[in-house]
Amino acid sequence: MAIIEAKDLEKTYYNDSVATPVLRDVSFTINEGEFVAIMGPSGSGKSTLLHILGFLDRHTAGEYRFDGKTIDDYSKEEIARVRNKKMGFVFQAFNLLPRTSVLENVKLPLLYSGVKKSLRDELALKAIESVGLSHRVHHESSQLSGGEKQRVAIARALVNEPNVIFADEPTGNLDSKSGQMIMEFIQKLNEEEGHTIILITHETYTAEHAQRIIHILDGKIDSNKKVDHRHNARDHFKK
Amino acid sequence: MTLNDSFQTALTGLQANKSRSALTILGIVIGVAAIIMVMSVGQGAENLILGQIQGLGSRTIIIEPGREQTGPSAFTSILSDSLKERDVEALRKKSNVPDLVDLTPVVLVPGSVQYLGETTGATTIGASDIVADILEIYPAEGFFFSQDDINAQASVAVIGSKIKDELFGLSEAIGEKIRIKNRNFRIVGVLPAKGQVTLFNVDEIVVIPYTTAQKYLLGQDHYNTIIARVSSEGAIPSAVRDIELTLRASHNIDDPDKDDFHVTTQADAAERVQMITGILSLLLVSVAAISLVVGGIGIMNIMLVSVSERTREIGLRKAIGATEKDIMTQFLLEAVMLTSLGGIVGIILGAAFSYLASLVLSRIVALGWTFTFPISAAAIGLGVAGIVGLVFGLYPAREASKKSPMEALRYE
Repeated sequence: MAIIEAKDLEKTYYNDSVATPVLRDVSFTINEGEFVAIMGPSGSGKSTLLHILGFLDRHTAGEYRFDGKTIDDYSKEEIARVRNKKMGFVFQAFNLLPRTSVLENVKLPLLYSGVKKSLRDELALKAIESVGLSHRVHHESSQLSGGEKQRVAIARALVNEPNVIFADEPTGNLDSKSGQMIMEFIQKLNEEEGHTIILITHETYTAEHAQRIIHILDGKIDSNKKVDHRHNARDHFKK
Repeated sequence: MTLNDSFQTALTGLQANKSRSALTILGIVIGVAAIIMVMSVGQGAENLILGQIQGLGSRTIIIEPGREQTGPSAFTSILSDSLKERDVEALRKKSNVPDLVDLTPVVLVPGSVQYLGETTGATTIGASDIVADILEIYPAEGFFFSQDDINAQASVAVIGSKIKDELFGLSEAIGEKIRIKNRNFRIVGVLPAKGQVTLFNVDEIVVIPYTTAQKYLLGQDHYNTIIARVSSEGAIPSAVRDIELTLRASHNIDDPDKDDFHVTTQADAAERVQMITGILSLLLVSVAAISLVVGGIGIMNIMLVSVSERTREIGLRKAIGATEKDIMTQFLLEAVMLTSLGGIVGIILGAAFSYLASLVLSRIVALGWTFTFPISAAAIGLGVAGIVGLVFGLYPAREASKKSPMEALRYE
């Protein structure tokens, strides 16, 4: 079943009556349980596309449906709720709260979803365990390595059990070994937990961990192909 | 997001920037402390004055010449000569004012007293022996002069304890002669040390028969004040009415608006004092309130800086599901908690300084100045601090809530 349907999506920025088109005629669907990479060089419009897909931004023309509904079907509060319950975000710069423990960082989405206080620790600890950071629960985010930070961010994205996880260059700020580990977690989430993953990257190698790659070039879809020789992050470590 | 969570979040935000938070609230602390001090010291002053008025006894009525004063000026009453002996006699008639127990005319004699070339400042009043009953002060040594002395216009005096100390030291004063306005007065009594009682500092008072003062010292036949005492507190309204009717008859006045005298009860005086101290306090509190506004602007400034610094945090919170309302609440609560904390610190500091002030004041004025801490002042201080946070936190909180999550995340 399609969870993401984009049809003739367009995004144009207007600045002092100068129109800058960023996305044009973007159409694709992503089914539930899929792991899709959106790939393109910087400036190709892939981040803008992610923002639109994650209800962080609005498209200017065309149609985008998430779980069957467009952004205009929701009020501001409902959009926040959809982001909270159905979407998880992992960013290149981690975006953890400074001077805040791993546990508190992971609990943050639960705060906004109205989960009972007594349940929050349990859910957060489970998410932290799933990224293998149980020994770091009470560390402050600044005491962690880059790879660990990104794993905390993944745990935070997971904690509300969202339908889709959006990962925006999750390995961009990491060394190759940590990056590999993050990719392993992301693949595991897709294969074992059945999460839909949308990965944004400019690296072919990283993109090839996905099942399918949508190539964006100058705001248009260049290609949309199944990956023939998928990389398996776990195999990488065995080598 | 529950309110409890919002509180937690705001608290965490504040703790992240402890020293900045502390500096930010300084303006609020000073403002609230100033308000507390003004209100506390004002209340202390009011209590002191009211205590003095009440020291006069609740059965006491004061009659003064001249139209009723609306201001604090007493000049016209000193200059007016409408109260004379026939008035006192008319008032003394049981049929005129049935509730009146006794009364004494009072005249004021300016100037100092001397003994063997030594001079000391004193408040010299001419009165009858009734004044001892009214002020409830009886000589510690000797006696008060009698009605006979008054009738005879005798040159006798009762002096306060401080006058005695200054002029005679440890030696005997009774029987000695002091000089007031070139006339010798024989001391017949010395009053105990009692400090300020109502209008007079009893320790610095010299009481002589009013008849003597009028004839030999002042050359006047009118009185400056008549102090009357009635049978009970409940009789005061009817006594005031009777006194007014009697004096109008005595002065041939038909129209109450043309009264050349006025009657003051203790309640009137207390009311007037409360009004004056109330206005003064209000004035001073408004001045102190300016510093709260300045403090509030400081809060707004720092909150705006904080919002811009935490753009990423705001963006992240929105991306993971915070609504505009959640963000707004978080930053508004931060501002309100900041100013409320400032309010609490201000209340504590204000109370401490008021206490110190009361210690110093009771030393300086040597009066029964008591430390008062009005609960209303604390409530007002805390309330105002909270409102300042709400008002000046609103704009920064709105700015925070309006940030687009995408812009906020992109922010480096």
